[in-house]
Amino acid sequence: MATAREMTVGVGAGAEQLDTTEMVLNIGPQHPSTHGVLRLKLKLDGERVTACEPVVGYMHRGAEKLFEVRDYRQILMLANRHDWLSAFCSELGVALAVERLMGIEVPERATWLRTALAELNRVLNHLMFLGSYPLEIGAITPVFYAFRERETLQAVFEEVAGGRMHFMFNRIGGLKEEVPAGWTTRARQAIGEVRRRMPDLDNLIRRNEIFLARTRGVGVLSAEQAAAYGVSGPVARASGLDFDLRRDEPYLAYGELDVPIVTRTAGDCHARFECLLDQVYVSLDLAERCLSHVDTLTGPVNTRLPKVVKAPEGHTYAWTENPLGINGYYLVSRGEKTPWRLKLRTASYANVQALSTLLVGCLVPDLVAILGSMFFVVGDIDK
Amino acid sequence: MELPQVLGEPIRFILNWGRKYSLWVFNFGLACCAIEFIATSMGRHDFIRLGVIPFAHGPRQADLMVVSGTVTDKMAPAIKRLYDQMPEPKYVISFGACSNCGGPYWDSYSVTKGVDQLIPVDVYVPGCPPRPEALLHGIVKLQEKIAAEQSGFGGVRRKSAAELNAPLVSPP
Repeated sequence: MATAREMTVGVGAGAEQLDTTEMVLNIGPQHPSTHGVLRLKLKLDGERVTACEPVVGYMHRGAEKLFEVRDYRQILMLANRHDWLSAFCSELGVALAVERLMGIEVPERATWLRTALAELNRVLNHLMFLGSYPLEIGAITPVFYAFRERETLQAVFEEVAGGRMHFMFNRIGGLKEEVPAGWTTRARQAIGEVRRRMPDLDNLIRRNEIFLARTRGVGVLSAEQAAAYGVSGPVARASGLDFDLRRDEPYLAYGELDVPIVTRTAGDCHARFECLLDQVYVSLDLAERCLSHVDTLTGPVNTRLPKVVKAPEGHTYAWTENPLGINGYYLVSRGEKTPWRLKLRTASYANVQALSTLLVGCLVPDLVAILGSMFFVVGDIDK
Repeated sequence: MELPQVLGEPIRFILNWGRKYSLWVFNFGLACCAIEFIATSMGRHDFIRLGVIPFAHGPRQADLMVVSGTVTDKMAPAIKRLYDQMPEPKYVISFGACSNCGGPYWDSYSVTKGVDQLIPVDVYVPGCPPRPEALLHGIVKLQEKIAAEQSGFGGVRRKSAAELNAPLVSPP
């Protein structure tokens, strides 16, 4: 054939001729093997992917534009919804940016409580992926164990914030309110329970022969590629990109904590999964240490704000190590009660960019394994 | 519907009884609410005990569609299309504030203000996101509705969303 023919395949196509042509395959936006509504436009040569184009925007809710018509207290409520698996960490980032611009000193007790809750939220987020990723590639059992642990930790959050997912416990200048009496003890008990039961999940899947066969050596992302695409978080650390804001540019109370960074060098799907799994143990330890420190502190957990919160004219950039990677918040204020612009730099958006090179050359059966191992939340991509 | 008189009350009862306890569900998981939907299907809340079976291979094998999450204008054609692929009798639960009415994104330029603008909805579950218990309650409500249906073999003819929606109120 002189020119390459392109053919979009629906039902029954390809029946007319049997000579190979390039095939365009759409995965998504609604597809059972992807979580969320990411759409991939793949070009296939037989079983092999020759080009991949992620089509984003199916979950675009215009959060950034809405920030501009919400006052600073209301923004938190939208900010925790774009990455619905790490609600606490996302609202935290906005709170940090606004506090920095307004020059608010957050009470120490609030800082330590925030750190503890952020780490617990990280565990919640990772547990979701530790369950859903094996599910996507055919191992159904782990997800039940993951959700058992999630329910345990969600009960801790629920007691303190009243919500199971969108906690809205951050406020500009601190936290919503003091935690209930005896909550730290109960939280530590829950952490202990989760830590005791984590081996159930761990032993099921980490060294599972089928799981290893599906993930080891599949979808290798090199450190250079990861850096080039701005990939961050556990996905980047699995490629050996040793970068974690909690250690490298500490915010909250991380400067006083010794944060162990979980890294791998293989950069394949299994390394990414292991990064997540080991991070759970680390985060449980960190949360426990924070809670112990909280017990030694007294004092307020929030600051008194003026009736109308107005950030002074200026701009600031706050970034945090969210469970999925680096989230940045560029806040521009013109001294009004709403921000002029609040730009989100979300982890998932940068992470899925790597898919367009990562998927090229891989086989269709490996596609779902690679896709799932990028650990993205579609709302975090589309905002 | 004239069919019940033809078929008789016992047949109607048995048809509806069968339908309400084998709702193969197609989860149109879009956003945060989808996580709570998954939580409802897990061990603690377990909606399979109500006969809701989350293993439908696709819309063509499903009886119930749960729209959980924010419906965007870009996504809307896909929702309509997949709903049309479902065989009768079919039911829709709108799960969460976003799919009920737009929710916290009520003034967003890209969000459809409620999935009921596209497809007819049987049960609305409020919340942002609703608790799993709320979904269980919604499912029980849907089952009550199915039990009371005057359905024949082919189910009830369903009105389109356009018929169900009131026209825009003209300015005074």
